[in-house]
Amino acid sequence: MQRQVALIKQSLFDQGYLDEQFMELEELQDDVNPNFVEEVATLYFKDSARLINSIDQALERGSFDFNRLDNYMHQFKGSSTSIGASKVKTECTMFREYCRMGNAEGCLRTFQQVKKEHATLRKKLEHYFQLARQAGPKETARRSK
Amino acid sequence: MEKGFSPVGLRVLVVDDDPTWLKILEKMLKKCSYEVTTCGLAREALRLLRERKDGFDIVISDVNMPDMDGFKLLEHVGLELDLPVIMMSVDGETSRVMKGVQHGACDYLLKPIRMKELKIIWQHVLRKKLQEVRDIEGCCYDVGADWFTQAQFLGGGEDVSFGKKRKDFDFEKKLFQDESDQSSSSKKARVVWSYELHQKFVNAVNQIGCDHKAGPKKILDLMNIPWLTRENVASHLQKYRLYLSRLEKGKEIKCYSGGVKNMDSPPKDAEINSGHQSPGKSSSYAFLKATETDPKQLAPASVSDPTSGVHMPPKAKKTRIGYDPPNSSGVFDSLLPWNDVPDPLESKPPILYENSFLQQQPLPSQSSYVANSAPSLMQEEMKPSYVNEDEFLMPQDKNSTVILQDMDLSAPFSSNATSNTDSIPGSLNWELPEAHHSGSLDTDLDFTWLHGEHFFANSGLQNFQFQDYTSSTSLLSEPPPHLWYGNDRLPDPDEYTLMVDQGLFIS
Repeated sequence: MQRQVALIKQSLFDQGYLDEQFMELEELQDDVNPNFVEEVATLYFKDSARLINSIDQALERGSFDFNRLDNYMHQFKGSSTSIGASKVKTECTMFREYCRMGNAEGCLRTFQQVKKEHATLRKKLEHYFQLARQAGPKETARRSK
Repeated sequence: MEKGFSPVGLRVLVVDDDPTWLKILEKMLKKCSYEVTTCGLAREALRLLRERKDGFDIVISDVNMPDMDGFKLLEHVGLELDLPVIMMSVDGETSRVMKGVQHGACDYLLKPIRMKELKIIWQHVLRKKLQEVRDIEGCCYDVGADWFTQAQFLGGGEDVSFGKKRKDFDFEKKLFQDESDQSSSSKKARVVWSYELHQKFVNAVNQIGCDHKAGPKKILDLMNIPWLTRENVASHLQKYRLYLSRLEKGKEIKCYSGGVKNMDSPPKDAEINSGHQSPGKSSSYAFLKATETDPKQLAPASVSDPTSGVHMPPKAKKTRIGYDPPNSSGVFDSLLPWNDVPDPLESKPPILYENSFLQQQPLPSQSSYVANSAPSLMQEEMKPSYVNEDEFLMPQDKNSTVILQDMDLSAPFSSNATSNTDSIPGSLNWELPEAHHSGSLDTDLDFTWLHGEHFFANSGLQNFQFQDYTSSTSLLSEPPPHLWYGNDRLPDPDEYTLMVDQGLFIS
């Protein structure tokens, strides 16, 4: 079971979904906060969902206030770095580039990508955490040390 | 004081509107054994800081926050509380980082932030404390400092005129308190060598007759000050000796006498000092290093008119270069302890003092004074001293902090009377007994001066965005709506202009 969990985690890294930041978070996990990583991830997804909504709404309005969009994305990107959401980050950067260029279509397109990566990561992590919990909290903590 | 300092239990205030980061940072900082307080709003953070004035050692804040620009928070903290502030951002663009530095951040971290970076943030706290202490100590050596007399320093410094920076003042107060209250782990009680105390010291030394024979123990006995220790005296004696020996060596050293336009020739100075001759020098620990006589005459103006709004940087006290308070000639006489400290100094009536004394400091490389100062200096100085806005800032008071960096120009220096201030900053290498002061000298003060130096802004220095920053003196103006995250937020009129560099801000 533990091995399975470890493998899943490894694949997340290998496939570029997660970067070293995730490992840093694992290092922070300890007896005081045995579920630290999961808590952080949960917080991230909750907060980022809010941002995604804001961006969605802004885009729907069709006014394309690039500055504002860029601001939102800046926040979103910052947030995504917190858990090491690598692919999400990449899409964010692209989005900001389009904002800078004032390319509405590019923004729309990229944003779809952002959402897609975001959703994918969420699913994968949820799966991962679920397994990890099943494998036993101790193991998780130990593994992360 | 360093002995009392420990990274453990460092009280950190983290400000970040991103809840995820806030949680992570909190955990990281706790792992560093710091005492952490988190805050999701800049305003809340300010409130907390103000409420617990001494409740924090350092602030870490994100640059982009919805309710207040991180840079503005940075300014407030620096101005009002003088705490070291570290900025964070996912954006590492040069201009942003530069802005942070210019606004006084003591460091700028890029997200994602690593534990190892947080582990050593305590260095900023220590550094600041060291500088403050040095500043205070320095000022105490200015026995004849006009500042002293006027400030009634001896009385605990309650009334410091000359626009002494509030924080300095508070710090000094604390210093006094600390002597009896050792509870503050970060401040070790220090002996503040006030004018009176020094006088007693000098008298004792005189009594003994010759400084070579005078040992700390004897001096201590003669002084008869119960709380003073032999070590205190020993270290003070050492500095005094150094001072005297420099006096001897520097007989010809021209001292820039504040207000004396041409400080080139000693005689002139003498005149200026009108009668302060020797006393002046002996009383002042600091005298200028010869070289620069080349007075930046800049200073002059200020000397002659202390109230010109050039507020004498309180710091000046420290390095006074031979301060020679015009009004208190008598004072000095009494100080004149040594024969070997004879006349020489008179040549340079260091009067500089007063407001401008700093100026005189002929910085060997004025132009690069900015450069020379240790980076940390910049930071200190950077604190815009908006507090004394009226005094310091010239109409353009852009964040002078910004300017400082550019300051490398010598050109501006001569531009106006007050410009001399720039010379002071960073590299004060005064021949102070505390040689090592150079770095931290009056940095704060100087900078406050600088802040107001309009020429900074105009001197054609490379214009950092800041130039625009404070286009309005009051620094208040509404940032263009689009700068705000989500237009739903109305600019808060009380806030400084967000601006700064709008373009960059967005990015």
